[in-house]
Amino acid sequence: MTVSSQVHDASATESGLIACRDCDALQAVPRLSAGDVIVCCRCGAHLGHRRGASLDRVLPLTLTAGVMFMLANTSPVVAIEVAGNRSSTSLLGTVAELYRQGVTGVALMVFLTGFVAPAAQLISLAYALAALAARRRLRALPAAVRLLAALRPWAMVEIFMLGALVSLVKLAGLARVIPGVGLWSLFGVIILTAAAHATFDAAGYWARIRVLP
Amino acid sequence: MSSLSAVQYPTAASLGLSGCSVCGQLNRVVASDSLCRHCGMRLTTRKPNSLVRSWAFLLAAVILYIPANLYPVLESRTVAGDESDTILQGVVLLWRSGSWPLALLVFFASIVVPLLKLLAMTLLLVSVHARWTWRLHERARLFRLLEFVGRWSMLDIYVVAFLVALVRLRSLATMDAGPGALAFGAVVMLSMLAAQSFDPRLLWDSAGHNERA
Repeated sequence: MTVSSQVHDASATESGLIACRDCDALQAVPRLSAGDVIVCCRCGAHLGHRRGASLDRVLPLTLTAGVMFMLANTSPVVAIEVAGNRSSTSLLGTVAELYRQGVTGVALMVFLTGFVAPAAQLISLAYALAALAARRRLRALPAAVRLLAALRPWAMVEIFMLGALVSLVKLAGLARVIPGVGLWSLFGVIILTAAAHATFDAAGYWARIRVLP
Repeated sequence: MSSLSAVQYPTAASLGLSGCSVCGQLNRVVASDSLCRHCGMRLTTRKPNSLVRSWAFLLAAVILYIPANLYPVLESRTVAGDESDTILQGVVLLWRSGSWPLALLVFFASIVVPLLKLLAMTLLLVSVHARWTWRLHERARLFRLLEFVGRWSMLDIYVVAFLVALVRLRSLATMDAGPGALAFGAVVMLSMLAAQSFDPRLLWDSAGHNERA
């Protein structure tokens, strides 16, 4: 294997080696083609994937997800109606209502995992991809990608949506329940973010950033 | 020790290298404060103080697991009467109301997963201390499962958040978060932190399957 053929391969160093993040076994990275997944030869951990030129597709996905996320925060996710009394709540509205009622701890947890983490995730992903689109090595780029990795387990939009569905079912006997625009927006955010993350491979990203002036 | 029969792999650590935890780039660790040459992440061969940090988060989660299950997470005041439900009572209620697929889902997310997670995390930590070689591959897989599934336990917190924010129908019905909600959310987040602090590479180190420097 020549050195130059390895440079653009996911996670490979100039030496063509990779260390498993779960068991630290040092192993050679074979030549990869689009769609290939790297799996540790010892413990089976997923070590990255190689996607063709599809990195350019991630920015539009991320921006669309951002718009839908804003929608989910401002329009009602669910509403209930009993005897003419109507009550509805959006993603941020839920946090505000919890805070108003003095349930500060729970409000903070929902705020951090339902709003702050997903928002920061979308912003840092958009920032990292914008740098690539503009072909510029921005100074805060490493920090943005580090943030992206750290936030991943804490952004819980999909669990938030499932929570909305469960509460709709729980209330079905008590009131007339109405799923709102916010719920559909959340669904969009989940699909689009999942697609963005599936397409974004960190190593391929750095390989392209590295060759920028 | 049975490490005689074990196949030892060369590892990044044994050669003075480190795979970056963010971008996967293999780096030579020159000093204790070396940074990844691509993304600028601080390089370590193993997560610092992994075992101590993991034990601390796990212990805190175990302690809070008791109030999380004994105290009500939801207190509802409806025309049908007052009621306060713990996590388990909430599942039973959902089951009785006829939506058994959702009841099953909540049962797994709120009862099975948190409990199994605490037990599994204890098992993994003990196995590192005791230098087990027993079922190493399965333990590595168990850890990956924990990392993936742990966050879904936040489901109940979101359900409570929605119900509390939504059911504000003056004299007809109100719902409030009980003290169990905060404790339960804390259990989920602390056990996520315990899993994140744990370094799965220690499983292979302590079993003698990794080469030493």
